[in-house]
Formats: sequence, structure tokens, C-alpha cells
Amino acid sequence: MTVTALSSPHASLERRRPDLTGWSTRVIAAVVLVVFALFFAVPIVWLLLAVTKSSHSLVTANPFSVGSWTELRANWDQLFGFQDGAVTRWIGNSALYTLGALAITLAASIPAGYALALTEFRLRKALLALTLVVMLIPSTALVLPVFLELNAVGLIGTPLAVILPMSFFPFGVYLTYIYFSTSVPQDLLAAARIDGCSEWQVFLRIALPLATPIVALVAFFSFVQNWNNFFLPYIMLPSSDGYPIQVGLTSLLSATPAFNPSSAGSDSVQLPTLALATVVSILPVLIVFLFSQRFLVEGMTAGGTKE
Amino acid sequence: MTLAPSSDSLAVGAETTARRPADGARKRPRRTSIGYVFVAGYALLMLAFGVGPSLYAFYLSLTDVDGGFAGLSNFDRVLSDYRFWPAVQHVTLYLLIWLLALVLLVVVLALLVHALAARRTSTTLRFVYYLPGALAGASSVLLWLFVLDPTASPVGWLLRLMGMDSFVQVISPSHLPVIFAVIAFWTGAGGWIVIMYGALNNVSNDVIAAARIDGANAVQIALHIQLPMLRKWIAYMGVMSLAAGTQLFVEPQLLSQASNAVVPNDYSLNQLAYQYAFQQNDFNGAAAISLILLLVALLLSWVFVTRGGLFEKE
Repeated sequence: MTVTALSSPHASLERRRPDLTGWSTRVIAAVVLVVFALFFAVPIVWLLLAVTKSSHSLVTANPFSVGSWTELRANWDQLFGFQDGAVTRWIGNSALYTLGALAITLAASIPAGYALALTEFRLRKALLALTLVVMLIPSTALVLPVFLELNAVGLIGTPLAVILPMSFFPFGVYLTYIYFSTSVPQDLLAAARIDGCSEWQVFLRIALPLATPIVALVAFFSFVQNWNNFFLPYIMLPSSDGYPIQVGLTSLLSATPAFNPSSAGSDSVQLPTLALATVVSILPVLIVFLFSQRFLVEGMTAGGTKE
Repeated sequence: MTLAPSSDSLAVGAETTARRPADGARKRPRRTSIGYVFVAGYALLMLAFGVGPSLYAFYLSLTDVDGGFAGLSNFDRVLSDYRFWPAVQHVTLYLLIWLLALVLLVVVLALLVHALAARRTSTTLRFVYYLPGALAGASSVLLWLFVLDPTASPVGWLLRLMGMDSFVQVISPSHLPVIFAVIAFWTGAGGWIVIMYGALNNVSNDVIAAARIDGANAVQIALHIQLPMLRKWIAYMGVMSLAAGTQLFVEPQLLSQASNAVVPNDYSLNQLAYQYAFQQNDFNGAAAISLILLLVALLLSWVFVTRGGLFEKE
């Protein structure tokens, strides 16, 4: 074998290929993939099981055993009974902030992306460059400056203090801009104008119907980002009545004796209840994720799979 | 971490740019006033929540409580604060660990998932990796509080194996950079793996087949063909994650709350800015810190826009 391998480079190459893509490499690759799949999945699976257990069995039973329906009910009642139904109020707040911001985001960024792509006006390039730069800054970098500004005009503590900053979504404008400048032919719009459409009609009747996929994508990202936003509402809303659920979690956390020994009282929260709160807080995003998986992955790799 | 979804989502725009046809020759319509009407709402938001706050923070950082000009004294006070440099050190250490792990593991996992022959397995794996992205901000930190508490943790045996029997031992200060890096990786890595996977699909099959015929093995193909093709994306991921990482806030804030301040509440720079604003009522100092952070983010973003080559500026 070695002799032939030495005498003929081709033969050696022929033999080396199956060897390196052979079973040992495959096993190592499979082990790495499975270990990381476990790393990503185990916490979530455990969390979903934890909500069905009592605080005693959470600590004593096998971490991956399933609890009971009654325990889930008990945890549910404790969670929604917390501070006379605070959790329901927080979820309602989250919905108000997220949907309010979503509506303003769409109303502001879809026409803006359209104008940047298909019309000409002074400062167009400046606005585009600014959009690109701001879009790449982490949104948290502007939170304290926005707080200082809104504090000066006395808006702190009002729903507008979170809805308005959340509505500023340069990334949505950029997505729309890219879509309109690549997928909507200028000639089509020109033809509509010749047929007597006003500029508004061109936008509403021709461009907007063509832009449905991008409207959905912008809505998705805006919703997910704002529902999960913590830093902004944490700073803007001092009163517990105004918390969204993400910030409400901190109240639950400080009422959990396991993480805050001084909180052992009548309204204290047990570990499985805290786990349930975590699940409830992400449920809307999780549902959106599951149902839009296809669209999401396609959206994230748009262009990547083609060409 | 709150930033992960936004950095994932950013890439979509970037991906889309990649397929943008060369349409520089296309005629633009003549200048009309309708453009102003369409951008008005967005331009107002940009002024109110992008440009305005930055300028106001700049103004505050240069003035004192009564609004008089203070020169650089706010910056001087903040920089000589005994908590400032430890916070810089904490964030730097965390960034080093996180970025290293992110770049290395995301590239390796994307290559491995991409090499899988079975389509179904590959799709499922990408989904499993990506799913934690749904938990951001406080939710993911809360979940990790459970995982890091040996009494309740699903991997309590692993923590005990590493010699940690109690929550306080797990979150001892020297472990924190690693813990924050693990949490950030858990939430954000999947999105990047999906993006890298998409970028790998761009490498033409003919090139790979040719390399294989020439005798290149999987490792050589990865090193010499696929990695160079990913370079831009890796740079993008690095810059975005670096900018996001400097903003560290939720993780130490909640951990501090859950540990009775074993984790200090001025661990990161953003927390320190928060302390200035809300504990010391020193808005000028808070403005100075957030301006420093904002400048770092702006600088990274600017370098990327002008040098990165992923975005067209026209």
C-alpha cells in the first residue's frame, strides 16, 4: 500500500479522500453538532418542564421529569395572583407599547424607504448615510441620551416615552429602501403616472401592494425587538403600573426568596412560578418565531441561497 | 441580551445588498417635493430620537448643573471615578472571551452544518441553534439564573463537578466574564450561524467540486475556499458584536439584583452611567459616560460603513 502511494501521487490522493471524510471525522463532527444542539436546547426544554413542577420537586426530582397538571395550575394561579394581577397588567402594557410602536414604525418607515429609493429630494443622500450609521449603532447606546432629552421635556413615566423611541427604526427604513430600489421597476411607476395617477396613488396603489413581504419583515423585526426591549422601559418608566412584562420580571425576581432572601413574605414567588413568568414573557415572540420560521430563515438569508 | 436580535436583523439588509443588481445607471426621477412628504415622519423621528439626544447629551456633558460651561470637567470626574476603570476592564475581558468564542464557534458550526448531507437534519439543527434568539433581555438572564443555580439547575452535576456547590460560588467575580459570554453566545450565536450558512450557500458548487477533484479534503476546502468567502461576514459579526458588547447592562444588572449585590451594580459602563443618573442625580456625568459609549459605537459603525464593503452608500 505505502509503496503504491509513494510511487503514484494520484493513488495517494484517491486513498486520502475517503480517509479524511471517513468515519472518524464524521464522528467528531457529529459530536460537536450534538453537543451544541444540547447546549442550545437543554435550557429551553428544562424551562418548559420546570413550570409543571412544585418548588420541592423542582429541586429534588430529575431535572427532565414531567410534573403534573395540578402543579402547573398552581404555578399559574400564583403568577397571575401576584400583586393583584400585576402580571396581566404588564402583559397588557407590553402589547400596548409594542403594537403602538409597530404602527408608528410602519407608518413612518415604509413611505420613507420608498422616498429614499424612488424619489429625488435634497438631503436624500445625507439622510441615507445617517440611516446607515445609526442603524449600525446598538440601540442601547442612545437610551440614556434619549432619557436625558425626554426628562427635559417632562415625558418620563408616560407610555409615549417608550413608544416614540421604539418607533424610530432606521433598520426598517433601510430594508424598505433596499427592497424598493431592487424589486420595483421605476418604469412601472412612470407608466402609472402617465395614466394619470397622483404621487399618492402611485405609492398606495402600485408600490405598497408590491411591498407586502417587506412590510411583514419590518413588522416582525420591530415586534420582536420591542417586545424584548429591557433597558429603555427600565429607565423610562419608574412606576410598576407602567412596566412591560420584561421589566416586570425584575419585580418577580426580587420577590423570589431563592434569589432574594429578604423577600420571604406573603406575596413571595416560588422558583417554578418564576420559570413560568419567564415562559409567559417570551410566549408571543416564541409563537411568532415558530410560525414564521420558514419566512424568517428565508428573510435572514435572502440572496444567500440564490445566485 | 437585548442587542442580539437587532444585530441579527441588521444582516438581512446587508444580505439583500449583496444581490443588488448593478443599477447605478438607472435614471432617477427629477426632483419633486413629494419626497419630503414621504420622509417627513421618519425624518422627525430621526431628529427627535437619533440626532437630538446625541446633541443634547453632548451639551450636557460640557455643562454643569446650572447650565454653565464646564469644559471637560465632567469627563475628568467620570474618568477619575474609582469605578470607571474597573468597569472598562470588566467589559474588555468579557468582550475578549465572547468575541473569540463567537468567531471560532460560529464559523466551525456553520461549516459543519453546511457540510451535512441530510437536508432535514441541517434545517432542524439550524432551528435549534437559532431558537434561543427568541429569549432576549431579562428573559434569557432569568433562565440562566436557574441554570447557574446548582440547586435547581438541569446541569447541577456539571457545576458540582467543576467544584461549585452554591449560586454564590458560581457567580464569583472571576467567573463573571465567562458567564456573560456564555449567556450572550447562547442567545445570539444561532442567528449568526444562520447568516454564515446563508453566505456559505453563495460559494458555487463548481468551485468546491473542482477543489475536490484536485485532491483538497474537507479541511483544506474550508480553510482555503470557504473561509476567505466568509471574511466579510466574520468582520461584520465582529464589529457588530463588539459595539453591542460595550453596552453590557441587563446581565450584570439582574445578576446583581439576584445575588444581593455579590455582583456589584456598577460592573459595566452602562450600569455606571445608570448609577450616575439615578443614584447620584448627576445627569452631566451620566451624559459624559454615555457620550463616550456612543462615540465608540459611532466610530465602529463609521469604520464599518466606509471600510466594510458590505453596504452600498451610493
